[in-house]
Amino acid sequence: MPKKIRVLMAKPGLDGHDRGVKVIARALRDAGIEVIYTGLRQSPEDIAAAAIEEDVDAIGLSCLSGAHMTLFPRVVQVLRKKKAGDIVVAGGGIIPPEDVPKLKKAGLKEVFGPGTSLQEIVDFFQKSAGRPR
Amino acid sequence: MKARAAGGRPSTAKLVVSLQRGDKRAAARLISLIEDDEPAARAALRAIYRHTGGAHVVGLTGPPGTGKSTLISRLLKEFRARGRKVGVIAVDPTSPFTGGAILGDRVRMAEASRDPNVFIRSMATRGYPGGLALATFDAVRVLEALGMDLVFVETVGAGQSEVEIAKRAHTTVVVEMPASGDAVQILKAGILEIGDVYVVNKADLEGADSMMTNLRLVVPSHGKGWKPPVLRTVASEGTGVKDLADKLEAHWRHLNESGERVARERARAETELRGALAEVALRRLAAKPASERRLRAATERVANRTVDVRTAAEELLGNRRRG
Repeated sequence: MPKKIRVLMAKPGLDGHDRGVKVIARALRDAGIEVIYTGLRQSPEDIAAAAIEEDVDAIGLSCLSGAHMTLFPRVVQVLRKKKAGDIVVAGGGIIPPEDVPKLKKAGLKEVFGPGTSLQEIVDFFQKSAGRPR
Repeated sequence: MKARAAGGRPSTAKLVVSLQRGDKRAAARLISLIEDDEPAARAALRAIYRHTGGAHVVGLTGPPGTGKSTLISRLLKEFRARGRKVGVIAVDPTSPFTGGAILGDRVRMAEASRDPNVFIRSMATRGYPGGLALATFDAVRVLEALGMDLVFVETVGAGQSEVEIAKRAHTTVVVEMPASGDAVQILKAGILEIGDVYVVNKADLEGADSMMTNLRLVVPSHGKGWKPPVLRTVASEGTGVKDLADKLEAHWRHLNESGERVARERARAETELRGALAEVALRRLAAKPASERRLRAATERVANRTVDVRTAAEELLGNRRRG
């Protein structure tokens, strides 16, 4: 059996808009990926713990509230603290272009702003999941 | 071939040691290796099998949307309050068209999953029939080795004939809800025959009374000394969950005291051994069928944990020496 790609899709913080994350989850599913969805209002600690139990290759974070500069880097920090820094983290949402380099410096592998095509996101997860196990 | 070469690889041994020390990451990684059918997983399962079998394995099955995940989230809290370490394997379907899956059972278990003594794993069926994944019960073994006292297995939303869970769990809970079928549906064979405990969840909805009555009429009595109870719950509010937890404990006591646990272990061993045999035989294209007598002897050895299922199957096919 070929190795399956597993991706955790998560909504950190208090923002309750989950249409976007569900559309992306569906696109990843249709690309043959196993998507674990954890629901709304998750803390960075919750997300990291779930990612470890689910042994995912990557995490996709969605935030539309503007709190991404606090929440996204925090997920990376918690993962590193739990010795799971090898799990790829990407983020998306209403993210001003000037925040993108800061987020990448904080350890996010990729950041997707408004207007990104689903195919781009699918391609990213398929490529980034090729980490050695 | 490769499977044996991997046996002594230090990475496997390290995973097993970490697992038995309670390392969640090792457990999670091992479950993935099992799902991907990596040779290292087989070696690890061989190493841990003797140390498994201590947990009470409870299967929850029933149609989609009856509230299985929400019930488990409540049961997690209840059994944590009773001092148990609890694992969950939650199975959702794989798309037959793309091979992808959306695994969403964690959504209902968010609060419970914060507890360090809880381990929840979502699992896709990957084409396996019967409401489970091929890797489901190997993953249960991993959670047992991790030190869990109780493991819940949530099947995919199951209709009528997904009954494998009952052959492999110690206690099977069938979760129904009001107005999910008339008396004739309930008379049909299959899933409604397999419960050790029946639950009418969402019992605050109209039709709960008649569902209770209909279920009570058809509930069979499997073993001696245990009449499967029919319970009402409203999982979203936690109503009836304590009673359900009590009944699960009572059934576990019953299994242990009546000797039924030994019989079920043997049935489980036989089911798993037959499954593994078919799989191994298929894979190796070994056409030599094992005789019934040898199969029965091996079933005994798997049941009493002298040997693990896969090794027993390979022995039967003549690919491995006993020892």
